[in-house]
Amino acid sequence: MSLKKIHDKQPDKFEFTETNLNLADKILKKYPPDQKKSAVMPLLYLAQNQNENWIPLAAMKYIGKFLNMPYINVYEIATFYSMYNLAPVGKYFVQVCTTSPCALRGANKLVDICKEKISKNQNELSQNGMCSWTEVECLGACINAPMMQVNEDYYEDLDETNTTKILNSFLEDKPLKPGSYRNRKNSAPEKNQILINGHKNA
Amino acid sequence: MLKEENKIFKNLYNEHGWELENAVKRDDWLDTKKIIDKGRDWIINEIKTSELRGRGGAGFSTGLKWSFAPKKVGSRPHYLVINADESEPGTCKDRDILRFEPQKLIEGCLIASYAVNAKVCYVYIRGEYSNEGKRLQEAIDQAYSKNFIGKNACNTGWDLDIYIHYGAGAYICGEETALLESLEGNKGQPRLKPPFPALVGLYGCPTIVNNVETIAVVPTILRRGAKWFASMGRPKNTGTKIFCISGNVNTPCNVEEEMGIPLKELIEKHAGGVIGGWKNLQAVIPGGSSMPMVPKDICETLRMDFDSLVGVKSGLGTAGVVVINKDEDIIKCMARIARFYKHESCGQCTPCREGAGWMWRILERTAKGEATHKDIDLLSDVTKQIEGHTICAFGEGSAWPVQGLLRHFRKEIDKRCTADPIFKKKRKIPYLIDQHNLESKDA
Repeated sequence: MSLKKIHDKQPDKFEFTETNLNLADKILKKYPPDQKKSAVMPLLYLAQNQNENWIPLAAMKYIGKFLNMPYINVYEIATFYSMYNLAPVGKYFVQVCTTSPCALRGANKLVDICKEKISKNQNELSQNGMCSWTEVECLGACINAPMMQVNEDYYEDLDETNTTKILNSFLEDKPLKPGSYRNRKNSAPEKNQILINGHKNA
Repeated sequence: MLKEENKIFKNLYNEHGWELENAVKRDDWLDTKKIIDKGRDWIINEIKTSELRGRGGAGFSTGLKWSFAPKKVGSRPHYLVINADESEPGTCKDRDILRFEPQKLIEGCLIASYAVNAKVCYVYIRGEYSNEGKRLQEAIDQAYSKNFIGKNACNTGWDLDIYIHYGAGAYICGEETALLESLEGNKGQPRLKPPFPALVGLYGCPTIVNNVETIAVVPTILRRGAKWFASMGRPKNTGTKIFCISGNVNTPCNVEEEMGIPLKELIEKHAGGVIGGWKNLQAVIPGGSSMPMVPKDICETLRMDFDSLVGVKSGLGTAGVVVINKDEDIIKCMARIARFYKHESCGQCTPCREGAGWMWRILERTAKGEATHKDIDLLSDVTKQIEGHTICAFGEGSAWPVQGLLRHFRKEIDKRCTADPIFKKKRKIPYLIDQHNLESKDA
C-alpha cells in the first residue's frame, strides 16, 4: 500500500478525447459485457496519459460514470496502486529501483545523483519543471542492476558517470536512448566484465 | 551443465530474433494440431508424467492443477490467466520470455486453454513492463494473422482469444487470488482459499492461473515427450529452469540450467564467480527475496531444486539467486528487504500490515547499532506472529527472510546490539506494556 497525496489544485472538468474514447471502447471489448468494472485499470492509464501523466479527481469521477461504478471504488483503486500519479510529475518521470539486488550494486549512488541533479526531495519538480524522481521497489531487471525507469523505458547497467549524463539529457529535453549502458546484450553474461570489475563491489 | 540441444529457451538473449518467422525456425508451432488432436486427457497426463512443477514460486504440480478444472463446461465459462506480474526482487526471467520468446508463451496458452476448456486467456503483465507488453501484443497480432490463435486456432476447431491486462505496480498482485481481484477491477487484496480459483476464480468462474515460464515450457515438453523432460534433474524436481543470478557477482545473468545444478557451479560457471572470490561469499538468497538466505558453509554443497532447498529451510521460489559477499552489511541488506515488504503489504490482514513495518523498524535500528538484545527476541517473536496468520503467503514471504537472518547470523546481530533498554522497569504495570513483555520478568 502506498501513501499518496492528492494534489491541491484540481481541474474542474475532465473528459476523454475522441481518440481515447475509441481506445476505451476497444478496451471494454476485452472483458465480458457484464463485467465493465474490469476496465477501470486500463482506463485510469488512459486518463493518466491524457492529463500529463497524473490523474485528477475529476477523471476518477468521469471514469466512475463511464463504467457505471461508484466514484469511491475508482478512488480506492487509484490510491491502492502505486503507478497512478495523483499529483503532477515531470515530463520525464525518473524512477530509481533501490530494492536489495540493485542496492547491492550501488543504487544508492543513483539516488544521490538524482538528489543533486533534479531535486532534493522525491516527487518534486526540478527547477526547470522537466523532471521529477522517486525511489521505487523492484522493477524486475535485477540482472541489469543498478537501473532506473524513465516514463516507460528502462535504463540499465548504470554507473555514476552514465547516470549524470542521462539525467542531464532529460533536463535539457534531449533524452538519451534507453537500454544497457555497458553495451551488453540484454541479460547475457559479459565475459569481459571479470577483468574490468576486478575484485571490488560496485 | 545443460547441453545446448536440451535448452528450451534458445533465444533467451535475443540472438536469433523474436519475430514469428524466427520463432518458427526454432520449432515453435510445429505440429501443434497433432498435439491438440491427442486430446485433453493425454495432454494433462503427459504434463503429470513430466513432473513439471509451477515456476512461479510455490512449485505446485502443473498437471495436477489442470486436472482440478471441471471436465465439462457448465453454465459458467472457463478462463486461463497467465501470471506475468513478476515483482519478486531478484527475479527477471519472465521479462525475457515476454520479450524474446513470446511465441512459446502464446503456443503454451493455446495448449493449456484447450486442456482446461478455456476460450479466453488473460495475460496479467506488471505495469512497469509496458514495453514488454507491447512486444507481446505484437507477437499476439502476428499469431492471429497466421491463424495460430483466434477462431479455429491451428485448424483444431478450438477458439482462443488472448488479451493483455496491465497491473499498476502492486507486488501483491502476483498472488493468484489478488491477481484475479485486480483483473476484476478491485484493489488487489487476496481472497480466502478455499474455494480455489480452479473452481471459483475470475468472475466466479473456474480459472487456472499459471506462471509465464510454466506455460512457456509446455509446448516443448509435449513435442519432445514427458520422458525427455523428466530425464533431466532429479525425481520430483525435473526439467530445466531459468536462473537469475544477481547481486555481488562478476557477470550477473539469466541462464537456463538443469534443475538440481550445484549452486557453486551456477555462480562460478555462469555468473563469473563472486566478487572477491568464493571465499568472500557471505550468504545467498536462493529464490527471490521471500526465501530465507543460506550462509556460505551450506552453499558449498547446495543443489538448486525444490526439495534440496526445503531441506536447508529455504526454498527455490522463483530461482532468483541474489549473492551477497562479505563487503556488504547483511543486516542493512535485510532491512532493505523488510522495507520492501512494508511498502508492498496490501493492508488486509493486521499481522502482516503492522508486523512488516515493525520488523523493518527493528532491523533499521539493529543496522545502526541502536537495538537492544531484547529487541532481537521481539523481532523473532514478531516473525512467528506473522507466519501462518495471514490470508495469503505474503505473510510467510515477509517473515521467512528475517527468520533466515536470525537463524544464520544471530552472532553478527548480537554484536551490533549495544544500546541499553530505553527504560528499566522494576514493577509490573500490565496495562502500560506490551503483551509480549508480560511474560518476562525484567521487561
